[in-house]
Formats: sequence, structure tokens, C-alpha cells
Amino acid sequence: MTQIISPTPSASSAQFDYPDLSLSIRILHFIQETRALTKRLFIQLIRRPSTLIAGLVQPLMWLVLFGALFQNAPDGFMGTSGQYQKFLGAGVIVFTAFGGALNAGLPVMFDREFGFLNRLLMAPLASRSSIVVASAIFIMSLSLLQTLVIVGTIAILGAGLPNVLGILLIMAIVMVLVLAVTSLSLALAFSLKGHVELIAVILVTNLPLLFASTALAPISFMPTWLQWIALLNPLSYAIEPIRYIYQHPDWNLNAIAIVAPWGSVSLIGCLGLLSAFAAISFYSIQPLLKRSLG
Amino acid sequence: MSIAIDNRHNGIQAEPSNGGVDSTEIAIVIQNLKKRYGTVDAVKNVSLEVRSGEIFGLLGPNGTGKTTTLGCLCTLVQPDEGLLEVYGISVTQNPAAVRQRLGYVAQEVALDKMMTGRELLEMHSDLYHLSKAQQIDRIQSVLTTLDLVEYADRLIGTYSGGLKKRLDLAAGLLHNPQILVLDEPTAGLDIESRQIMWTLIRQLHQSGTTILITSHYLEEIDALADRVAILDRGTVIALGSPQDLKKSIGGDRVTLRVREFTPLSEATEVREHLLKLDVVKSVTLNEFQGNSLNLVVDAQSDVLAQIESKLNSLNLPLFGISRSQPSLEDVYLAVTGKCITEPLN
Repeated sequence: MTQIISPTPSASSAQFDYPDLSLSIRILHFIQETRALTKRLFIQLIRRPSTLIAGLVQPLMWLVLFGALFQNAPDGFMGTSGQYQKFLGAGVIVFTAFGGALNAGLPVMFDREFGFLNRLLMAPLASRSSIVVASAIFIMSLSLLQTLVIVGTIAILGAGLPNVLGILLIMAIVMVLVLAVTSLSLALAFSLKGHVELIAVILVTNLPLLFASTALAPISFMPTWLQWIALLNPLSYAIEPIRYIYQHPDWNLNAIAIVAPWGSVSLIGCLGLLSAFAAISFYSIQPLLKRSLG
Repeated sequence: MSIAIDNRHNGIQAEPSNGGVDSTEIAIVIQNLKKRYGTVDAVKNVSLEVRSGEIFGLLGPNGTGKTTTLGCLCTLVQPDEGLLEVYGISVTQNPAAVRQRLGYVAQEVALDKMMTGRELLEMHSDLYHLSKAQQIDRIQSVLTTLDLVEYADRLIGTYSGGLKKRLDLAAGLLHNPQILVLDEPTAGLDIESRQIMWTLIRQLHQSGTTILITSHYLEEIDALADRVAILDRGTVIALGSPQDLKKSIGGDRVTLRVREFTPLSEATEVREHLLKLDVVKSVTLNEFQGNSLNLVVDAQSDVLAQIESKLNSLNLPLFGISRSQPSLEDVYLAVTGKCITEPLN
């Protein structure tokens, strides 16, 4: 131990004060910290791949088992035409992404409980949004991988394959939804007491949102009161455009995907609404990130 | 616990000494800090100043507000009231600038067991926005300083407790903080790791880093700290250099055990008899060390003989007796009325 610590702290080259820094340097710092936090999540995933494996197997179970449940139902019993699996596919894609994003707060909560988050908050981050963005990038990557696997499986099951533009639009919808839900989940991780409370909220949110959406049955199949809930459920605005793409190989962005009592929403309209949802979620949690946890 | 002397609120205030500190610049100002959780006053009213370049020890029983005070200083806890400044920068108004200057190593290590030591340090250096060249340089430097080079590429999950603590400290040093805040840095460490910590703290001190440290090991604080503050129930009850504090409580210390485990009644009785001796100023009965008696006595040479003959005349045995200059432990005992090592009730 002959090492002498140098240079002296006052001569440290890493000394700067927010908010005096220029915007471009702050952006570079934001990218640097976001990349570092994202890298950590991927390191964890690679060394502990069970979540990845489960995340790939679970949607296939939905597709195969839940799809088989209605295999012998008369064709079009829900007012839809063709195979139920073809109908279900859109719901499975969205619910897989939604589930992943909803759970994004859990590792953050564990970091908080283990004191690791405090260490992150002690660092002079350009913005604490980097914690949210890192989680969102991570979940988005996972969700896109899951989406591709689901799309492939649907094709193998003989329920169709959208064209390249269709697949790109599906990915865009998944990414926007993931950003919105990841933001909300991290907001919970920052504001709830502990992981027990967070898991409780996740449990009571997950299934009701699934049943009160168009994932498993079309709007027309539901009683009126449930129709209202399903049409207020943001998830329906992710599911319906994807379903439209599956059912209409000749889809275009202006085609009407949802007919609600208050008006019709096109494919691009759905994407717009989801983007607004994501933007509102992302910005509304900023005060939560800024306040201290103590 | 029976407390024979009750001077816990006398609040010893030793004259400040400038020993070892050449700068009079103030690194940390804490004024009238208050933090309440529900109905509990975690920090009732803490005021202290830490000079630039000094090692400042913060002592106090568990649950006395040390960690909350550090949390407020380190921008992690929002104080209810009070002024907090780091090199003149307001902690509450410009937390980012304060974070840049502080390195905080909490009591519990904050590590990710799925990463290697090097990966963790790389992540932290990115969070402090070090350039690639600085990262390589600083990571090598902290790994060498904390003797972690050979473990750098192993998973943190495989580290021993001492290695984890060292890595945690290494992460806190990456950005060369002007002020290092260490909450119980050597608690539960093996001798090797503790030695490394001590050497490091002294090196950092020499290079001009201001160090704020809490510890349960009073001899450690005695050896390391330029000045100490003793906290009790959310307030500062003593402040000064260890030397001045020790001088201020006066007299020599005698620790006496009638038996290895003396019955309480017998210890109480002996205490009454000893108090009658002129050379004995006070006697504290310590239930947590087998009802031993801690005496403050005149710095007079035949005091041990007097005590021994007293016990003889009472027909009592003497399991052990020792005499010493007052230690920081004695200061602590005198002002808080309890031993720092006493178990939580």
C-alpha cells in the first residue's frame, strides 16, 4: 500500500456544478449515465437469464393454452371471424409488454431497500430520469424480443404474419406502451413503502386491466358497462391497432381501429393517444424523482 | 441501568484546538438541523462545523440521529429545518453541486452482487461523468489503494464482508470527493480490512480530504479524529478534540470488579463505601460489564491501595482493578451516562 491518492481533491478534474453546465454537456452526461444504468440491467439479465426464459415461455403458454381453450367454439362465436388464436395474438403481445413494464419498478424497489438506489441518488446525475429511461430501454428491448417471438409463433400456428411495415408499427406501439407503464411503475417504486406494497399494487392492477380490455374478447362481445371501461383502458388502444394489422393485410394508418361512443380512432390516432399517455406519465413522475426519499 | 453520576446534560464543551488542521476554511456547516419522522424527533437540534481537511468524528448511541444527520448532509433526506452548507453551497438549494463534492459510504454496503467489482466501479464512474481516460486511471487507483486488484474481475456476490466494504468505499472515492462521509466504516471488519481502512483514511487526510466519520469504536475515533461531536437524543452534547474532551472531564479512571459477575446488591453496597473515600469523585455502576464499577479518582498515587484496603476491611474479594488516564470512552460515559457498547434494549 504505497499508493498515494492523487490528485488532491480540490484539483479534481471532475468538478462542475449543475445547473451552470451547458445543455450539450448535460445531454452528454445524461447519455453517459443512462448507458451505464442500462448496462447494469443487461449484465443482471445475462448472468441471471431465468427472467428472460420465463418471459419468453409465458406468452407462448397464453397463446397455445388459452388459444386452445376456445378451439372448439363455433367459428365467430365472439363476433370475430377466423381462428381465436389469430384474435388472441394481439392481446398476448400487448399483455406481455405491459406485464414486463409493470414489473419494472420491482428491481428499483429492491435497489431502494438495499440502499443501492441511495447510492445512485447521491451521484450528481444530470437528471434522475436516466433511471427511468434506463429501465424503459431495458424493458423495451425485452418486449421487442418477446414480440418477435410471439409474432413468429402466431405465424407457425398458422394465424398469419403481418408485412414488415406492420411488424414495425407493432413494435412502435409496444415501445410507447412500455415507456408509459415503466414510468408509472417506477413512480410506484419511488413512492410506495416497500416491495410488499408494490407487489400488491401490481397484482391488483395486472389481471383487471387484462379482463377490462379487448385482449381476450372484442368490444361487441361485452356488456355495455364493461365496454365503457375497456374503451377507457389505454391497453385497448394498443391491442386494437395490432389486431387490425393482423386481420387486414391491406391496413393503412388512417384505417379505423376503434369505434367508441365518443368517436372513431384510427391506427395513427391510437398511436398518438398512446404517445400522449406515455408523455404524460413520463413528465408527471418528475417531481417524484426529484424529491428525496427520506 | 443505574447511573450513579448524572451529568448527561452538562454538555462538556472543550476549547477548540487547531491541532493538525492548517486550514481554517469551513467545509461543512450544520446549524439547528431538525428532522422528525412522524412523532419521533430523529434529529432534534444539531449544530456543528467541520473544518476543511480535518477528520471529524460523530459519536453517539444507536438511534441518536447520526445517520439521519449524514443523510440530510448528503442530500438523501429532506431536513425539516436548519441550515446545511458544504463549502458555502446550500445542500437544499444546490444539491447537485454538493453531490459532486461529497463521497458517502453508508453503513450498509450498496453493491450489486451480479456485477464484478470493476463493472460496478465503471458504472459509478459513469454516474460521476468521468471521461474514459479518467475512469481507467481512477479505477486502477482505487483498486490499488484498497488492495482489491486481484478481486476486481470476480463477481461481488463471491466477496467476503471486508472486501465488500472496501469495494463500497472504493466506489465512493472514484470522483475524488473533497469531503468523504463514512458511516461506521469499520463495523464488523476483519483486522486486515480495518488496517487498510485506517491507512486509507490517514492517506486521504494527508492529501487534504475532509473526513466526517461515525464509529462505535471509540479508540478508533480517538486515534483518527481531530475533533469529535457526541450526539445524544438528537442533539450535540459534547464537542472538541479528543484530547481536550479527555482533559475536560478530569481525574484518572479506575475500573473495578469485585467478582467476575458481581451481584447488583453487592456492587451497589461497594459503591456507597467507595464514595466515602476522599480521592473518589464519582462511581458509575456498569450493569453491562458484570456490574463493574467505573470510578473517577484524583490523580493521586495511592488511590489503588486505598481502594484495596477498603475492600479488605469489608471482607470482600477483588477480581480485578485497573487504572488509566481518561479515554474517549470515559468522556462518552460521562456525558451520555452509558457505554457505547451497551446492547439495545
